Amino acid sequence: MKKIIEEKVFKVLMIITTLVILSFLFFIFIAILRRGIPAMSWDMISKIPGGGFYIGKEGGLLNAIVGSIYIVLGSTILGMLISIPIVIYINVYLPSRSALASAVRLSFDVLFGVPSIVYGAFGFTIMVFLGLKTSLLGGIIAVSMLIVPILVRSMDEVARVMPRDMLDAAYSLGATKYETIKVVLRQIAPGIATAVMLSIGRAIGDAASVLFTAGYTDSIPTSLNQPAATLPLAIFFQLSSPVEQVQDRAYAAAFILTMIVLALSFGARYFSRKFSKNKI
Amino acid sequence: MFLLNDIGRIKSFIKSGIANILPETGKQSRIILNERSFVNGVKHFQMPEKTHISVRDLNLYIQNNHILKNINLDIPDKKITCIIGPSGCGKTTLLKTFNRLFESSADIKISGEVLVDGENIHGNKVEVTHIRKKMGLLSQKPCPLPMSIFDNIAYGCRIHGIRDKKQVKGIVEHYLKAAGLWDEVKDRLNTPAARLSIGQQQRLCLARGLAVEPAIILGDEATSALDPISSKHIEELFVGLKSQYTIVLVTHILRQAYRIADYIIFMYLGEIIEHGPAEKVLNNPQEKLTKEYLAGIFS
Repeated sequence: MKKIIEEKVFKVLMIITTLVILSFLFFIFIAILRRGIPAMSWDMISKIPGGGFYIGKEGGLLNAIVGSIYIVLGSTILGMLISIPIVIYINVYLPSRSALASAVRLSFDVLFGVPSIVYGAFGFTIMVFLGLKTSLLGGIIAVSMLIVPILVRSMDEVARVMPRDMLDAAYSLGATKYETIKVVLRQIAPGIATAVMLSIGRAIGDAASVLFTAGYTDSIPTSLNQPAATLPLAIFFQLSSPVEQVQDRAYAAAFILTMIVLALSFGARYFSRKFSKNKI
Repeated sequence: MFLLNDIGRIKSFIKSGIANILPETGKQSRIILNERSFVNGVKHFQMPEKTHISVRDLNLYIQNNHILKNINLDIPDKKITCIIGPSGCGKTTLLKTFNRLFESSADIKISGEVLVDGENIHGNKVEVTHIRKKMGLLSQKPCPLPMSIFDNIAYGCRIHGIRDKKQVKGIVEHYLKAAGLWDEVKDRLNTPAARLSIGQQQRLCLARGLAVEPAIILGDEATSALDPISSKHIEELFVGLKSQYTIVLVTHILRQAYRIADYIIFMYLGEIIEHGPAEKVLNNPQEKLTKEYLAGIFS
Protein backbone atom coordinates (compact mmCIF):
# COMPACT_ATOMS: atom_id res chain seq x y z
CA MET A 1 0.00 0.00 0.00
CA LYS A 2 2.82 2.40 0.91
CA LYS A 3 4.51 1.64 -2.38
CA ILE A 4 1.39 2.40 -4.38
CA ILE A 5 0.96 5.77 -2.67
CA GLU A 6 4.62 6.55 -3.24
CA GLU A 7 4.26 5.69 -6.90
CA LYS A 8 1.17 7.92 -7.26
CA VAL A 9 2.66 10.88 -5.40
CA PHE A 10 5.73 10.95 -7.61
CA LYS A 11 3.72 10.53 -10.75
CA VAL A 12 1.55 13.52 -9.81
CA LEU A 13 4.64 15.60 -8.97
CA MET A 14 6.12 14.87 -12.39
CA ILE A 15 2.91 15.79 -14.15
CA ILE A 16 2.72 19.05 -12.19
CA THR A 17 6.27 20.13 -13.05
CA THR A 18 5.71 19.33 -16.72
CA LEU A 19 2.49 21.34 -16.73
CA VAL A 20 4.11 24.30 -14.96
CA ILE A 21 6.83 24.54 -17.58
CA LEU A 22 4.41 24.07 -20.46
CA SER A 23 2.16 26.79 -19.02
CA PHE A 24 5.13 29.19 -18.91
CA LEU A 25 5.68 28.55 -22.58
CA PHE A 26 1.99 29.04 -23.20
CA PHE A 27 1.85 32.36 -21.31
CA ILE A 28 4.95 33.67 -23.04
CA PHE A 29 3.27 32.88 -26.34
CA ILE A 30 0.09 34.63 -25.23
CA ALA A 31 2.02 37.71 -24.11
CA ILE A 32 3.91 37.92 -27.38
CA LEU A 33 0.80 37.32 -29.46
CA ARG A 34 -1.45 39.68 -27.50
CA ARG A 35 0.76 42.71 -27.98
CA GLY A 36 2.73 41.61 -31.03
CA ILE A 37 -0.01 40.56 -33.44
CA PRO A 38 -1.79 43.97 -33.48
CA ALA A 39 1.56 45.62 -34.24
CA MET A 40 2.35 43.11 -37.00
CA SER A 41 1.95 44.29 -40.55
CA TRP A 42 3.47 43.49 -43.89
CA ASP A 43 5.63 46.59 -43.46
CA MET A 44 7.17 45.08 -40.34
CA ILE A 45 8.88 42.31 -42.28
CA SER A 46 9.38 44.04 -45.61
CA LYS A 47 10.67 47.52 -44.75
CA ILE A 48 13.63 48.95 -42.95
CA PRO A 49 12.98 51.63 -40.29
CA GLY A 50 11.96 54.93 -41.80
CA GLY A 51 12.58 58.33 -40.24
CA GLY A 52 10.93 58.49 -36.82
CA PHE A 53 10.35 54.73 -36.64
CA TYR A 54 11.43 54.72 -33.02
CA ILE A 55 8.84 57.28 -32.04
CA GLY A 56 6.07 55.31 -33.68
CA LYS A 57 6.23 56.37 -37.32
CA GLU A 58 6.39 54.13 -40.39
CA GLY A 59 8.96 51.52 -41.23
CA GLY A 60 9.75 47.92 -40.38
CA LEU A 61 12.26 45.51 -38.93
CA LEU A 62 13.76 44.07 -42.10
CA ASN A 63 17.19 45.36 -41.09
CA ALA A 64 17.10 43.33 -37.88
CA ILE A 65 15.63 40.23 -39.54
CA VAL A 66 18.29 40.19 -42.25
CA GLY A 67 21.04 41.06 -39.78
CA SER A 68 20.02 38.23 -37.46
CA ILE A 69 19.89 35.74 -40.31
CA TYR A 70 23.31 36.85 -41.59
CA ILE A 71 24.85 36.52 -38.15
CA VAL A 72 23.23 33.16 -37.44
CA LEU A 73 24.22 31.68 -40.79
CA GLY A 74 27.73 33.07 -40.65
CA SER A 75 28.39 32.01 -37.09
CA THR A 76 26.86 28.55 -37.59
CA ILE A 77 29.05 27.90 -40.62
CA LEU A 78 32.14 29.26 -38.87
CA GLY A 79 31.24 27.35 -35.69
CA MET A 80 30.83 24.07 -37.60
CA LEU A 81 34.17 24.54 -39.34
CA ILE A 82 35.80 24.89 -35.94
CA SER A 83 33.84 22.33 -33.94
CA ILE A 84 33.67 19.32 -36.29
CA PRO A 85 37.46 18.92 -36.44
CA ILE A 86 37.56 19.18 -32.63
CA VAL A 87 34.92 16.45 -32.24
CA ILE A 88 36.65 14.18 -34.76
CA TYR A 89 40.02 14.75 -33.13
CA ILE A 90 38.95 13.92 -29.58
CA ASN A 91 36.85 10.93 -30.63
CA VAL A 92 38.80 9.31 -33.45
CA TYR A 93 42.40 10.40 -33.19
CA LEU A 94 42.86 10.45 -29.44
CA PRO A 95 42.78 7.12 -27.59
CA SER A 96 39.56 6.39 -25.74
CA ARG A 97 40.79 7.23 -22.25
CA SER A 98 42.99 10.16 -23.18
CA ALA A 99 43.74 12.84 -20.62
CA LEU A 100 43.88 15.48 -23.33
CA ALA A 101 40.37 14.58 -24.50
CA SER A 102 38.94 14.95 -21.02
CA ALA A 103 40.78 18.25 -20.58
CA VAL A 104 39.25 19.50 -23.83
CA ARG A 105 35.78 18.36 -22.71
CA LEU A 106 36.20 20.10 -19.36
CA SER A 107 37.28 23.35 -21.03
CA PHE A 108 34.24 23.31 -23.26
CA ASP A 109 32.00 22.68 -20.27
CA VAL A 110 33.46 25.80 -18.69
CA LEU A 111 33.09 27.82 -21.89
CA PHE A 112 29.51 26.57 -22.13
CA GLY A 113 28.74 28.33 -18.86
CA VAL A 114 30.43 31.63 -19.70
CA PRO A 115 27.76 34.35 -20.00
CA SER A 116 27.30 35.76 -23.47
CA ILE A 117 28.07 39.31 -22.39
CA VAL A 118 31.59 38.10 -21.63
CA TYR A 119 31.97 36.83 -25.18
CA GLY A 120 30.68 40.17 -26.39
CA ALA A 121 33.16 42.08 -24.23
CA PHE A 122 35.99 39.72 -25.17
CA GLY A 123 35.14 40.03 -28.86
CA PHE A 124 35.03 43.80 -28.48
CA THR A 125 38.48 43.85 -26.85
CA ILE A 126 39.90 41.84 -29.73
CA MET A 127 38.22 44.14 -32.24
CA VAL A 128 39.68 47.20 -30.54
CA PHE A 129 43.07 45.51 -30.58
CA LEU A 130 42.76 44.78 -34.30
CA GLY A 131 41.36 48.22 -35.00
CA LEU A 132 37.99 46.93 -36.23
CA LYS A 133 34.75 48.83 -35.85
CA THR A 134 31.46 47.24 -34.86
CA SER A 135 30.60 45.10 -37.84
CA LEU A 136 28.81 42.05 -39.14
CA LEU A 137 32.14 40.20 -39.06
CA GLY A 138 32.70 41.14 -35.41
CA GLY A 139 29.20 39.89 -34.56
CA ILE A 140 29.74 36.62 -36.42
CA ILE A 141 33.02 35.99 -34.60
CA ALA A 142 31.58 36.76 -31.16
CA VAL A 143 28.51 34.58 -31.74
CA SER A 144 30.74 31.77 -33.06
CA MET A 145 32.69 31.84 -29.81
CA LEU A 146 29.39 31.60 -28.00
CA ILE A 147 28.09 28.59 -29.94
CA VAL A 148 31.24 26.52 -30.48
CA PRO A 149 31.03 25.04 -26.94
CA ILE A 150 27.38 24.09 -27.57
CA LEU A 151 28.22 22.53 -30.93
CA VAL A 152 31.22 20.63 -29.60
CA ARG A 153 29.55 19.28 -26.48
CA SER A 154 26.33 18.18 -28.13
CA MET A 155 28.09 16.51 -31.08
CA ASP A 156 30.59 14.95 -28.70
CA GLU A 157 27.81 13.34 -26.66
CA VAL A 158 26.67 11.50 -29.80
CA ALA A 159 30.17 10.71 -31.05
CA ARG A 160 31.19 9.21 -27.69
CA VAL A 161 28.51 6.54 -27.77
CA MET A 162 29.35 5.61 -31.33
CA PRO A 163 29.98 1.85 -31.44
CA ARG A 164 33.70 1.14 -31.31
CA ASP A 165 33.13 -1.91 -33.51
CA MET A 166 32.03 0.35 -36.31
CA LEU A 167 35.40 2.07 -36.39
CA ASP A 168 37.13 -1.31 -36.18
CA ALA A 169 35.04 -2.50 -39.12
CA ALA A 170 36.22 0.46 -41.18
CA TYR A 171 39.83 -0.03 -40.06
CA SER A 172 39.72 -3.70 -40.93
CA LEU A 173 38.79 -2.77 -44.47
CA GLY A 174 42.09 -0.91 -44.60
CA ALA A 175 40.73 2.57 -43.95
CA THR A 176 43.00 5.17 -42.44
CA LYS A 177 41.73 7.36 -39.62
CA TYR A 178 41.14 10.12 -42.14
CA GLU A 179 39.04 7.79 -44.29
CA THR A 180 36.88 6.81 -41.32
CA ILE A 181 35.77 10.44 -40.89
CA LYS A 182 33.12 9.86 -43.53
CA VAL A 183 31.75 6.94 -41.53
CA VAL A 184 31.84 8.91 -38.27
CA LEU A 185 30.07 11.91 -39.78
CA ARG A 186 27.31 9.72 -41.13
CA GLN A 187 26.87 8.04 -37.80
CA ILE A 188 26.70 11.29 -35.83
CA ALA A 189 24.62 13.14 -38.47
CA PRO A 190 21.50 13.25 -36.26
CA GLY A 191 23.68 14.67 -33.48
CA ILE A 192 25.04 17.30 -35.83
CA ALA A 193 21.49 18.31 -36.74
CA THR A 194 20.52 18.62 -33.07
CA ALA A 195 23.68 20.57 -32.29
CA VAL A 196 23.03 22.99 -35.13
CA MET A 197 19.46 23.48 -33.98
CA LEU A 198 20.50 24.19 -30.40
CA SER A 199 23.20 26.61 -31.45
CA ILE A 200 20.95 28.44 -33.90
CA GLY A 201 18.41 28.87 -31.14
CA ARG A 202 21.07 30.31 -28.88
CA ALA A 203 22.70 32.45 -31.57
CA ILE A 204 19.54 34.05 -32.88
CA GLY A 205 18.22 34.91 -29.45
CA ASP A 206 21.34 36.33 -27.91
CA ALA A 207 21.52 40.09 -27.44
CA ALA A 208 24.55 40.56 -25.22
CA SER A 209 27.19 39.11 -27.52
CA VAL A 210 26.19 41.28 -30.48
CA LEU A 211 25.64 44.48 -28.49
CA PHE A 212 29.25 45.69 -28.73
CA THR A 213 30.40 43.62 -31.67
CA ALA A 214 27.77 43.90 -34.40
CA GLY A 215 26.35 47.20 -33.23
CA TYR A 216 23.04 48.40 -34.55
CA THR A 217 22.01 50.13 -37.73
CA ASP A 218 18.85 50.98 -39.60
CA SER A 219 20.19 49.81 -42.95
CA ILE A 220 20.82 46.32 -44.24
CA PRO A 221 24.54 45.51 -44.22
CA THR A 222 26.05 44.93 -47.65
CA SER A 223 29.52 43.92 -46.53
CA LEU A 224 31.17 42.25 -43.55
CA ASN A 225 32.64 45.55 -42.44
CA GLN A 226 29.32 47.24 -41.87
CA PRO A 227 27.43 47.09 -38.60
CA ALA A 228 24.34 44.91 -38.49
CA ALA A 229 21.09 45.09 -36.54
CA THR A 230 19.70 42.01 -34.81
CA LEU A 231 16.23 41.06 -33.59
CA PRO A 232 17.12 40.69 -29.87
CA LEU A 233 18.59 44.19 -29.88
CA ALA A 234 15.57 45.47 -31.78
CA ILE A 235 13.42 44.08 -28.97
CA PHE A 236 15.69 45.56 -26.33
CA PHE A 237 15.83 49.07 -27.78
CA GLN A 238 12.13 49.28 -28.51
CA LEU A 239 11.07 47.91 -25.15
CA SER A 240 13.03 50.68 -23.44
CA SER A 241 11.04 53.29 -25.37
CA PRO A 242 8.36 55.21 -23.44
CA VAL A 243 6.02 55.16 -26.46
CA GLU A 244 3.55 52.31 -26.13
CA GLN A 245 3.25 51.78 -29.87
CA VAL A 246 7.00 51.25 -30.05
CA GLN A 247 6.84 48.78 -27.18
CA ASP A 248 4.22 46.82 -29.11
CA ARG A 249 6.63 46.66 -32.03
CA ALA A 250 9.13 45.03 -29.68
CA TYR A 251 6.56 42.28 -29.19
CA ALA A 252 6.15 42.08 -32.95
CA ALA A 253 9.91 41.59 -33.22
CA ALA A 254 9.70 38.89 -30.54
CA PHE A 255 6.93 37.23 -32.53
CA ILE A 256 9.06 37.25 -35.69
CA LEU A 257 12.01 35.84 -33.75
CA THR A 258 9.85 33.07 -32.29
CA MET A 259 8.50 32.18 -35.70
CA ILE A 260 12.02 31.96 -37.17
CA VAL A 261 13.16 29.71 -34.31
CA LEU A 262 10.04 27.54 -34.75
CA ALA A 263 10.62 27.19 -38.49
CA LEU A 264 14.29 26.32 -37.93
CA SER A 265 13.34 23.72 -35.31
CA PHE A 266 10.95 22.00 -37.67
CA GLY A 267 13.58 22.11 -40.38
CA ALA A 268 16.20 20.62 -38.08
CA ARG A 269 13.81 17.88 -37.02
CA TYR A 270 13.12 17.01 -40.62
CA PHE A 271 16.80 16.85 -41.47
CA SER A 272 17.59 14.96 -38.29
CA ARG A 273 15.10 12.27 -39.24
CA LYS A 274 16.40 12.21 -42.77
CA PHE A 275 20.00 11.85 -41.63
CA SER A 276 19.34 9.28 -38.94
CA LYS A 277 18.00 6.66 -41.34
CA ASN A 278 21.49 5.29 -41.87
CA LYS A 279 22.42 5.28 -38.20
CA ILE A 280 23.44 1.92 -36.82
CA MET B 1 32.28 -41.32 -49.84
CA PHE B 2 33.69 -41.13 -53.32
CA LEU B 3 31.72 -44.19 -54.23
CA LEU B 4 28.50 -42.75 -52.89
CA ASN B 5 29.10 -39.58 -54.78
CA ASP B 6 29.78 -41.47 -57.96
CA ILE B 7 26.56 -43.35 -57.59
CA GLY B 8 24.76 -40.07 -57.04
CA ARG B 9 26.34 -38.60 -60.07
CA ILE B 10 25.48 -41.55 -62.22
CA LYS B 11 21.89 -41.32 -61.02
CA SER B 12 21.59 -37.67 -61.89
CA PHE B 13 23.44 -38.36 -65.11
CA ILE B 14 20.71 -40.73 -66.12
CA LYS B 15 18.05 -38.28 -65.00
CA SER B 16 19.19 -35.13 -66.67
CA GLY B 17 21.26 -36.17 -69.67
CA ILE B 18 24.81 -35.41 -70.67
CA ALA B 19 24.37 -31.78 -71.67
CA ASN B 20 23.29 -30.66 -68.22
CA ILE B 21 25.67 -32.71 -66.19
CA LEU B 22 28.97 -31.75 -67.77
CA PRO B 23 29.45 -28.33 -66.19
CA GLU B 24 27.99 -29.60 -62.95
CA THR B 25 30.47 -32.43 -62.62
CA GLY B 26 33.26 -29.91 -62.77
CA LYS B 27 31.66 -27.95 -59.99
CA GLN B 28 30.97 -31.01 -57.89
CA SER B 29 34.44 -32.39 -58.07
CA ARG B 30 35.77 -29.10 -56.76
CA ILE B 31 33.48 -29.32 -53.78
CA ILE B 32 34.51 -32.91 -53.15
CA LEU B 33 38.15 -31.87 -53.05
CA ASN B 34 37.31 -29.25 -50.48
CA GLU B 35 35.36 -31.51 -48.23
CA ARG B 36 36.98 -33.77 -45.74
CA SER B 37 36.41 -37.37 -46.55
CA PHE B 38 35.34 -39.59 -43.73
CA VAL B 39 36.59 -43.16 -43.58
CA ASN B 40 35.48 -45.09 -40.53
CA GLY B 41 34.62 -41.84 -38.80
CA VAL B 42 38.17 -40.49 -38.94
CA LYS B 43 38.75 -37.37 -40.92
CA HIS B 44 41.62 -37.70 -43.30
CA PHE B 45 43.48 -34.49 -43.60
CA GLN B 46 46.98 -33.87 -44.74
CA MET B 47 48.70 -30.88 -43.21
CA PRO B 48 49.69 -28.81 -46.22
CA GLU B 49 53.26 -27.69 -46.66
CA LYS B 50 52.25 -24.08 -47.03
CA THR B 51 51.41 -21.90 -44.06
CA HIS B 52 49.78 -18.53 -44.42
CA ILE B 53 50.15 -16.99 -41.00
CA SER B 54 52.99 -17.86 -38.65
CA VAL B 55 53.26 -16.65 -35.12
CA ARG B 56 56.65 -16.65 -33.40
CA ASP B 57 57.18 -16.05 -29.66
CA LEU B 58 54.24 -13.68 -29.43
CA ASN B 59 53.65 -12.07 -26.05
CA LEU B 60 51.06 -9.44 -25.38
CA TYR B 61 50.47 -7.37 -22.28
CA ILE B 62 47.50 -5.12 -21.56
CA GLN B 63 48.27 -2.80 -18.65
CA ASN B 64 50.91 -5.26 -17.44
CA ASN B 65 48.53 -8.21 -17.55
CA HIS B 66 50.11 -11.01 -19.52
CA ILE B 67 47.33 -11.83 -22.00
CA LEU B 68 49.13 -13.91 -24.61
CA LYS B 69 51.97 -16.11 -23.45
CA ASN B 70 54.64 -17.34 -25.86
CA ILE B 71 52.41 -18.10 -28.78
CA ASN B 72 53.99 -20.13 -31.56
CA LEU B 73 51.90 -21.53 -34.37
CA ASP B 74 51.42 -21.95 -38.08
CA ILE B 75 48.07 -21.44 -39.69
CA PRO B 76 47.57 -23.48 -42.86
CA ASP B 77 46.84 -21.84 -46.17
CA LYS B 78 43.30 -22.14 -47.58
CA LYS B 79 41.86 -24.12 -44.67
CA ILE B 80 39.45 -23.33 -41.89
CA THR B 81 41.32 -22.91 -38.63
CA CYS B 82 39.24 -22.70 -35.48
CA ILE B 83 40.58 -21.19 -32.28
CA ILE B 84 38.68 -22.75 -29.39
CA GLY B 85 38.87 -22.39 -25.65
CA PRO B 86 36.96 -21.04 -22.67
CA SER B 87 36.00 -17.36 -22.36
CA GLY B 88 38.78 -14.94 -21.53
CA CYS B 89 41.55 -17.22 -22.74
CA GLY B 90 42.87 -14.77 -25.33
CA LYS B 91 41.24 -16.14 -28.49
CA THR B 92 39.96 -12.80 -29.70
CA THR B 93 43.15 -11.06 -28.62
CA LEU B 94 45.19 -13.47 -30.70
CA LEU B 95 42.92 -12.89 -33.67
CA LYS B 96 43.26 -9.14 -33.33
CA THR B 97 47.05 -9.32 -33.40
CA PHE B 98 46.70 -10.69 -36.94
CA ASN B 99 45.35 -7.43 -38.32
CA ARG B 100 46.81 -5.08 -35.72
CA LEU B 101 43.45 -3.77 -34.57
CA PHE B 102 45.18 -3.25 -31.26
CA GLU B 103 46.69 0.00 -32.26
CA SER B 104 43.46 1.75 -31.49
CA SER B 105 43.73 0.79 -27.82
CA ALA B 106 46.23 2.20 -25.37
CA ASP B 107 48.49 0.49 -22.82
CA ILE B 108 49.34 -2.49 -25.00
CA LYS B 109 52.77 -4.02 -25.37
CA ILE B 110 53.47 -6.64 -28.01
CA SER B 111 56.65 -8.62 -28.56
CA GLY B 112 57.37 -11.36 -31.06
CA GLU B 113 56.41 -11.77 -34.66
CA VAL B 114 53.29 -12.42 -36.70
CA LEU B 115 54.32 -13.38 -40.22
CA VAL B 116 51.76 -13.08 -42.97
CA ASP B 117 53.13 -14.32 -46.31
CA GLY B 118 56.53 -14.22 -44.64
CA GLU B 119 56.28 -10.54 -43.68
CA ASN B 120 56.29 -9.54 -40.01
CA ILE B 121 53.20 -7.38 -39.67
CA HIS B 122 54.31 -6.00 -36.33
CA GLY B 123 57.48 -4.66 -37.92
CA ASN B 124 58.10 -0.95 -37.78
CA LYS B 125 58.05 -0.28 -41.49
CA VAL B 126 54.83 -2.10 -42.27
CA GLU B 127 51.96 0.05 -43.33
CA VAL B 128 48.99 -0.97 -41.25
CA THR B 129 46.32 -0.33 -43.88
CA HIS B 130 48.20 -2.59 -46.28
CA ILE B 131 48.02 -5.59 -43.93
CA ARG B 132 44.45 -4.92 -42.92
CA LYS B 133 43.45 -4.93 -46.56
CA LYS B 134 44.75 -8.49 -46.73
CA MET B 135 42.22 -9.60 -44.11
CA GLY B 136 38.50 -9.40 -43.91
CA LEU B 137 37.10 -9.27 -40.38
CA LEU B 138 33.72 -10.51 -39.25
CA SER B 139 32.91 -9.43 -35.74
CA GLN B 140 30.62 -11.06 -33.23
CA LYS B 141 27.82 -8.60 -33.74
CA PRO B 142 27.45 -7.62 -37.38
CA CYS B 143 28.47 -4.02 -37.74
CA PRO B 144 27.38 -2.46 -40.99
CA LEU B 145 28.58 1.04 -41.74
CA PRO B 146 25.99 3.83 -41.43
CA MET B 147 25.24 3.95 -45.16
CA SER B 148 23.17 2.18 -47.79
CA ILE B 149 23.66 -1.48 -48.66
CA PHE B 150 25.45 -0.50 -51.86
CA ASP B 151 27.76 2.02 -50.16
CA ASN B 152 28.69 -0.45 -47.45
CA ILE B 153 30.44 -2.55 -50.05
CA ALA B 154 31.53 0.31 -52.28
CA TYR B 155 33.22 2.01 -49.30
CA GLY B 156 36.11 -0.46 -49.35
CA CYS B 157 36.56 -0.10 -53.10
CA ARG B 158 36.56 3.66 -52.88
CA ILE B 159 39.13 3.93 -50.12
CA HIS B 160 41.40 1.68 -52.16
CA GLY B 161 41.09 3.90 -55.18
CA ILE B 162 38.43 2.18 -57.32
CA ARG B 163 36.06 4.96 -58.29
CA ASP B 164 34.85 3.98 -61.72
CA LYS B 165 31.08 3.63 -61.27
CA LYS B 166 30.65 0.65 -63.54
CA GLN B 167 33.52 -1.20 -61.92
CA VAL B 168 32.24 -0.49 -58.39
CA LYS B 169 28.78 -1.67 -59.39
CA GLY B 170 30.25 -4.89 -60.76
CA ILE B 171 32.24 -5.49 -57.57
CA VAL B 172 29.21 -4.86 -55.36
CA GLU B 173 27.10 -7.31 -57.31
CA HIS B 174 29.81 -9.95 -57.43
CA TYR B 175 30.49 -9.98 -53.71
CA LEU B 176 26.86 -9.73 -52.70
CA LYS B 177 26.40 -12.88 -54.78
CA ALA B 178 29.44 -14.48 -53.17
CA ALA B 179 27.91 -13.84 -49.75
CA GLY B 180 24.56 -15.20 -50.88
CA LEU B 181 22.77 -11.91 -50.32
CA TRP B 182 22.22 -10.60 -53.84
CA ASP B 183 18.80 -12.10 -54.45
CA GLU B 184 17.47 -10.69 -51.18
CA VAL B 185 18.70 -7.13 -51.66
CA LYS B 186 19.09 -6.52 -55.38
CA ASP B 187 15.92 -4.39 -55.51
CA ARG B 188 16.79 -2.23 -52.52
CA LEU B 189 20.49 -1.53 -52.75
CA ASN B 190 19.95 2.07 -51.73
CA THR B 191 18.12 1.39 -48.50
CA PRO B 192 20.09 1.74 -45.25
CA ALA B 193 22.03 -1.34 -44.23
CA ALA B 194 20.64 -0.99 -40.72
CA ARG B 195 17.24 -2.15 -41.99
CA LEU B 196 18.50 -5.63 -42.89
CA SER B 197 17.92 -8.51 -40.52
CA ILE B 198 20.85 -9.43 -38.32
CA GLY B 199 21.68 -12.51 -40.39
CA GLN B 200 21.60 -10.47 -43.58
CA GLN B 201 23.77 -7.84 -41.93
CA GLN B 202 26.40 -10.44 -41.14
CA ARG B 203 26.42 -11.63 -44.75
CA LEU B 204 26.66 -7.99 -45.83
CA CYS B 205 29.70 -7.60 -43.58
CA LEU B 206 31.19 -10.71 -45.16
CA ALA B 207 30.58 -9.30 -48.65
CA ARG B 208 32.06 -5.98 -47.55
CA GLY B 209 35.16 -7.73 -46.26
CA LEU B 210 35.53 -9.84 -49.41
CA ALA B 211 35.16 -6.80 -51.66
CA VAL B 212 38.57 -5.44 -50.69
CA GLU B 213 39.96 -8.74 -51.99
CA PRO B 214 41.67 -10.08 -48.91
CA ALA B 215 43.50 -13.40 -48.76
CA ILE B 216 42.43 -14.16 -45.20
CA ILE B 217 39.06 -14.05 -43.47
CA LEU B 218 39.08 -13.56 -39.71
CA GLY B 219 35.91 -14.39 -37.81
CA ASP B 220 35.44 -13.40 -34.19
CA GLU B 221 32.58 -15.64 -33.05
CA ALA B 222 30.95 -14.58 -36.26
CA THR B 223 27.84 -16.68 -35.81
CA SER B 224 27.21 -16.38 -32.09
CA ALA B 225 24.69 -13.54 -32.40
CA LEU B 226 22.78 -15.17 -35.26
CA ASP B 227 19.75 -17.42 -35.42
CA PRO B 228 20.41 -21.06 -36.36
CA ILE B 229 19.42 -20.63 -40.01
CA SER B 230 21.60 -17.57 -40.60
CA SER B 231 24.35 -19.24 -38.65
CA LYS B 232 24.21 -22.31 -40.85
CA HIS B 233 24.21 -20.08 -43.91
CA ILE B 234 27.42 -18.36 -42.77
CA GLU B 235 29.07 -21.71 -41.99
CA GLU B 236 28.22 -22.98 -45.45
CA LEU B 237 29.68 -19.82 -46.94
CA PHE B 238 32.91 -20.39 -45.02
CA VAL B 239 33.16 -23.95 -46.29
CA GLY B 240 32.55 -22.73 -49.83
CA LEU B 241 35.08 -19.92 -49.52
CA LYS B 242 37.99 -21.89 -48.17
CA SER B 243 39.15 -22.92 -51.61
CA GLN B 244 40.14 -19.31 -52.14
CA TYR B 245 40.74 -17.92 -48.67
CA THR B 246 42.54 -18.81 -45.49
CA ILE B 247 39.88 -18.68 -42.80
CA VAL B 248 40.60 -18.22 -39.10
CA LEU B 249 37.63 -18.40 -36.77
CA VAL B 250 37.37 -17.84 -33.07
CA THR B 251 34.51 -19.90 -31.75
CA HIS B 252 33.23 -21.00 -28.41
CA ILE B 253 30.69 -23.26 -30.02
CA LEU B 254 32.51 -26.55 -29.93
CA ARG B 255 30.00 -28.16 -32.29
CA GLN B 256 30.88 -25.56 -34.88
CA ALA B 257 34.51 -26.55 -34.70
CA TYR B 258 33.51 -30.20 -35.19
CA ARG B 259 31.44 -29.25 -38.22
CA ILE B 260 33.78 -27.03 -40.17
CA ALA B 261 37.31 -26.96 -38.78
CA ASP B 262 40.30 -28.37 -40.63
CA TYR B 263 42.76 -27.21 -38.04
CA ILE B 264 42.26 -26.58 -34.34
CA ILE B 265 44.01 -24.33 -31.89
CA PHE B 266 43.04 -24.88 -28.26
CA MET B 267 43.86 -22.03 -25.91
CA TYR B 268 43.63 -21.81 -22.16
CA LEU B 269 44.45 -18.70 -20.08
CA GLY B 270 46.59 -17.10 -22.73
CA GLU B 271 48.54 -20.16 -23.74
CA ILE B 272 48.21 -22.55 -26.62
CA ILE B 273 47.65 -25.94 -25.04
CA GLU B 274 47.32 -27.96 -28.18
CA HIS B 275 47.07 -27.37 -31.89
CA GLY B 276 46.95 -29.57 -34.92
CA PRO B 277 44.72 -30.99 -37.64
CA ALA B 278 41.10 -31.12 -36.52
CA GLU B 279 40.69 -34.89 -36.57
CA LYS B 280 43.77 -35.31 -34.42
CA VAL B 281 42.92 -32.70 -31.78
CA LEU B 282 39.19 -33.32 -31.66
CA ASN B 283 39.23 -37.11 -31.83
CA ASN B 284 42.45 -37.89 -30.13
CA PRO B 285 43.59 -35.04 -27.90
CA GLN B 286 46.94 -35.44 -26.21
CA GLU B 287 46.67 -32.92 -23.39
CA LYS B 288 44.57 -33.39 -20.26
CA LEU B 289 43.09 -29.88 -20.51
CA THR B 290 42.01 -30.43 -24.11
CA LYS B 291 40.37 -33.72 -23.17
CA GLU B 292 38.50 -32.08 -20.31
CA TYR B 293 37.40 -29.13 -22.45
CA LEU B 294 36.19 -31.37 -25.25
CA ALA B 295 34.39 -33.59 -22.76
CA GLY B 296 32.65 -30.54 -21.35
CA ILE B 297 34.17 -30.72 -17.87
CA PHE B 298 34.73 -26.97 -18.11
CA SER B 299 33.77 -24.45 -20.72
